[in-house]
Amino acid sequence: MSWVGQSIERVEDAALLTGRGRYIDDLGTPPGTLHAAILRSPHAHAMIRDIRTDAARAAKGVTAVITAAEVTRLGGPLLAGIRAPIQCWPIAVERVRYVGEPVAVVVAADRYLAEDALDLIEVDYEPLACVVHPRDALDPTSAVLHAGLKSNIASDRSFRYGDPEKAFAEAAHRIAVAVHYPRNSCTPIETYGVVADYDPWEDAYDILANFQGPFSIHPVIARALKVPGNRLRLRTPPDSGGSFGVKQGVFPYIALMGIAARVAGRPVKWIEDRLEHLAASVSATNRMISLEAAVAADGRVTALAWDQVEDVGAHIRAPEPATLYRMHGNLTGAYDIRNVSVRNRVVLTNKTPTGLNRGFGGPQVYYALERLMQRIAIELRLDPLDVIRRNLVPSGAFPYKTATGGLLDSGDYPAAVAAAVEDGGLAALKVRQTSARAEGRLYGIGYTAVVEPSVSNMGYITTVLTPEERRKAGPKNGAQATATIALDPAGAVSVHIASVPQGQGHRTVVAQIVADALGLAPKDIRVVTEMDTARDAWSIASGNYSSRFAPAVCGAVQLAAERIKAKLSRAAAAQLNVPAGEIEFAGGRVHARHNPDNALPFGRLAAASHWAPGTVADGDHALRETVFWTPPQLAAPGEDDDINSSLCHGFIFDFCGVEVDCVTGELRIDKYVTMHDCGRVLHPGMVAGQVTGGFAHALGAAVYEEFVYGDDGSFRTGTFADYLLPTTMEVPTPVILHYESPSPFTPLGAKGVGEGNCMSTPVCLANAVADALGIAEIDLPLSPAKLAALLPRGAP
Amino acid sequence: MKSAPFDYVRVGSLAEAHAVLAAEGGDAAVIAGGQTLVPLLSMRMARPKVLVDIMRVPELAVIVAENDSIRVGAAVRQAELLAWPELGASQPLLALALPWVGHAQTRARGTVCGSIALADPSAELPLCLVALGGDVVLSSKGGRRTVAADDFFTGLMSTDRRDDELIEAVRFPGRRTSEGFAFREFARRHGDFAIVACAAVANEKVLRLAIGGVADRPVARDFKGLDGAALDDALDAFASELDARDDLHATADYRRMLVRKLGRTTIEEARRCRA
Repeated sequence: MSWVGQSIERVEDAALLTGRGRYIDDLGTPPGTLHAAILRSPHAHAMIRDIRTDAARAAKGVTAVITAAEVTRLGGPLLAGIRAPIQCWPIAVERVRYVGEPVAVVVAADRYLAEDALDLIEVDYEPLACVVHPRDALDPTSAVLHAGLKSNIASDRSFRYGDPEKAFAEAAHRIAVAVHYPRNSCTPIETYGVVADYDPWEDAYDILANFQGPFSIHPVIARALKVPGNRLRLRTPPDSGGSFGVKQGVFPYIALMGIAARVAGRPVKWIEDRLEHLAASVSATNRMISLEAAVAADGRVTALAWDQVEDVGAHIRAPEPATLYRMHGNLTGAYDIRNVSVRNRVVLTNKTPTGLNRGFGGPQVYYALERLMQRIAIELRLDPLDVIRRNLVPSGAFPYKTATGGLLDSGDYPAAVAAAVEDGGLAALKVRQTSARAEGRLYGIGYTAVVEPSVSNMGYITTVLTPEERRKAGPKNGAQATATIALDPAGAVSVHIASVPQGQGHRTVVAQIVADALGLAPKDIRVVTEMDTARDAWSIASGNYSSRFAPAVCGAVQLAAERIKAKLSRAAAAQLNVPAGEIEFAGGRVHARHNPDNALPFGRLAAASHWAPGTVADGDHALRETVFWTPPQLAAPGEDDDINSSLCHGFIFDFCGVEVDCVTGELRIDKYVTMHDCGRVLHPGMVAGQVTGGFAHALGAAVYEEFVYGDDGSFRTGTFADYLLPTTMEVPTPVILHYESPSPFTPLGAKGVGEGNCMSTPVCLANAVADALGIAEIDLPLSPAKLAALLPRGAP
Repeated sequence: MKSAPFDYVRVGSLAEAHAVLAAEGGDAAVIAGGQTLVPLLSMRMARPKVLVDIMRVPELAVIVAENDSIRVGAAVRQAELLAWPELGASQPLLALALPWVGHAQTRARGTVCGSIALADPSAELPLCLVALGGDVVLSSKGGRRTVAADDFFTGLMSTDRRDDELIEAVRFPGRRTSEGFAFREFARRHGDFAIVACAAVANEKVLRLAIGGVADRPVARDFKGLDGAALDDALDAFASELDARDDLHATADYRRMLVRKLGRTTIEEARRCRA
């Protein structure tokens, strides 16, 4: 029996649950480490006329004060994925563009003294008109954030796939939705942390940060510190207290604290506090979307016309505008739609810059697409589920190439929907709705079908460039995953992966995979996940994002295990006098298939290359194997802008029943069913954890969470009393179902599962609320005051 | 989020507390459970010169049933009052409302008088004090005085307490025979500050409804003898007089609607409870 597929106990849990996690703020620091505090802008948009730091420099315990002068002298700007004459720095240079933007850093003996000195810094601001709503950013008369751009539109690209004009001209109906997806964030419990050191003799930085990847950002930081990559040693702590994408956004502070350490001549530690985190870490993008469908009389969609205005805040920070392009290959969702036009604009506003957040582009895209599918049903008087079914990519069509270039790897969408309807009890839910409505209650049912992409193609972001710009820049593609397996002189097995988990249990799953390959038990395998770019195998795709662990990292682990196993098999074959093909690994022994007594202990065989290399043929030395794996399907964008933006595509079908209180407008979720096809399930307990956690994040986004800004750009949700998170009291337990279609593109057949509910659940709830209230337009969050104002007339 | 420097004095007696407050006045802040003050210190929104910790003053740490009222000392934590065995019989409204005050964790630290001192217009305990017509015992080096709840709350987070005074205790009237109570609250999440909170007291003399979360302080009104459409009209008038405001979580209109609907439900529940 294999270890993979079992919900074995997580090796991580004993330490985490007993308070023995090793997070960045718990670790010791080098002797002489100083502490940083950051002065931040109170204005959304203003020129900095003067900064007076003399009093702060003279304050008790202060070693250094860093402003734009030092940062621009010792560092460089942060590169972004877009060609535009604008610069983004880790500190405000000449002007501030959002509330919370760093203006100065004080380095002092402790954090209290550093904050005392912040009070002594005087800044003369000259406030400027600001741009808050993306609609205003499109207005050519609005204040311009970056003078080099002449407007607040940083990118404006149009795409055309198939023949959308013809499809619209011939369509029986044109049905459209306009939505504005709000700003929110996944708010990890642990905030950002950096401990930076600079060695002037080596001109090298050694920085510990709870960064999560992608390590494509490593070259960005090295450039910002003006050193080659081999002089930026970036390390991560053993544990990280949640990230959900958000800790990618620590990177400007890695650069900033590197410079602070260089100026101070001492190591510098900075731990972000919650106020800083809410105001100025990163947010998901808010996005205005107009989406129109060409629809046949039977509800079949023949074309989509997307118009997206992506609000990335005050700067385009790497890897933005990736949020906008991550979903490009699957803009048709789970549907067989062959004609698509897209207009994508990226705009700048006086809000916090955006970055990775669980779901990354999916919540925005599917909010529009799945609201549209419901509208089609209502306007054509069809059953919403029938409209979904009629448009699904048909069974047997996989791998299916989408109109925009995505390659849907595996699945049977109609079968998964049928199973969910049956096993999830849709018929009974409809009965509940009928009886609730008979009593005058406001009860609605919502549906969603989505494709959950995972393992991002590192080249998808270049879709924002024109084909000609791409030719000039050279192709970018792939997603190098890596794993290293080492055998020690007594045959103990160690594995290193560049996956930077934040609590997910990567070490457990990797041990399961390697144990299966080598006939050992998971407890025999030691897995290390902390990263050190100076010593470990890594590449730009390393890190923990785009749900890549199960499909990509575990795949690389499997390949590394197979490679070392092949060498061991050949060495064993020589000793046991049987062909290598007959060697089997089981129960800690290596034996001949047809004669189990002809065997060696695993440890003895594994030790051979250390102790008796002369007995092992050249090329079969099994000491340490590092595998890099990148799937061939992840090609660079084509001349026609077709892009396979992700390697794997899970399928999710959700439905739910909700009731809206006819007095308070409060939303109550009666039942939520979520069907997942994430390919082969490696650890059912962890998959359930991912789905449950994603659902909780999605419920927050749907009902409670929004970063709110005033018209003057003031930030109005600076604490958890204003920015509301659902707690365990507010999150119901969803019914989780599975339909397994292993991916043919990954070594283990697994697909990503970490983000899907962040994509499917917000719009599923919104569809249910729209059904309950009989309304055509609804944006998130679904707060009671908002819903109460939309209650049907005649409600009590 | 690190506080500015301050001195810390842990007083062992009421007289010592009075002495520090007399000397430091507005530069001193009294700390009890610290559930509001500590975050304010960390955010540097409060910058007292001296913190006066009163939690080790023995005479402040007691709950006393006296002369038809319950006297709760300044060092009594919310969880202690909730766990007081006589609470349900002595004052059912407090037993109904206390579970709505924050969370088990914050109630384990936060004090009853601390909530009164803060005078948050959405807080449950000031609302109960007004609904019940209780009073606040203030003392200083110069002596002791008692202020009725209605006079104590003077506006948004402001009270009649002078800088040299300590809230020594609050007094909630005890339950009278054939008296009914009800408490209702609507918030985004359980444990949040209320968008609208309603406390009702019904006896032979009054039918009092107090509303929190809407005006700048809890406000009570008597609806004795009203019923049916007349009660709706009176609630409607009450709702519009309360000067409701928009905030992130609710509009003024929404608050007025809740005052009418939730207020009526609360009144009816108190009446039923009396009967």
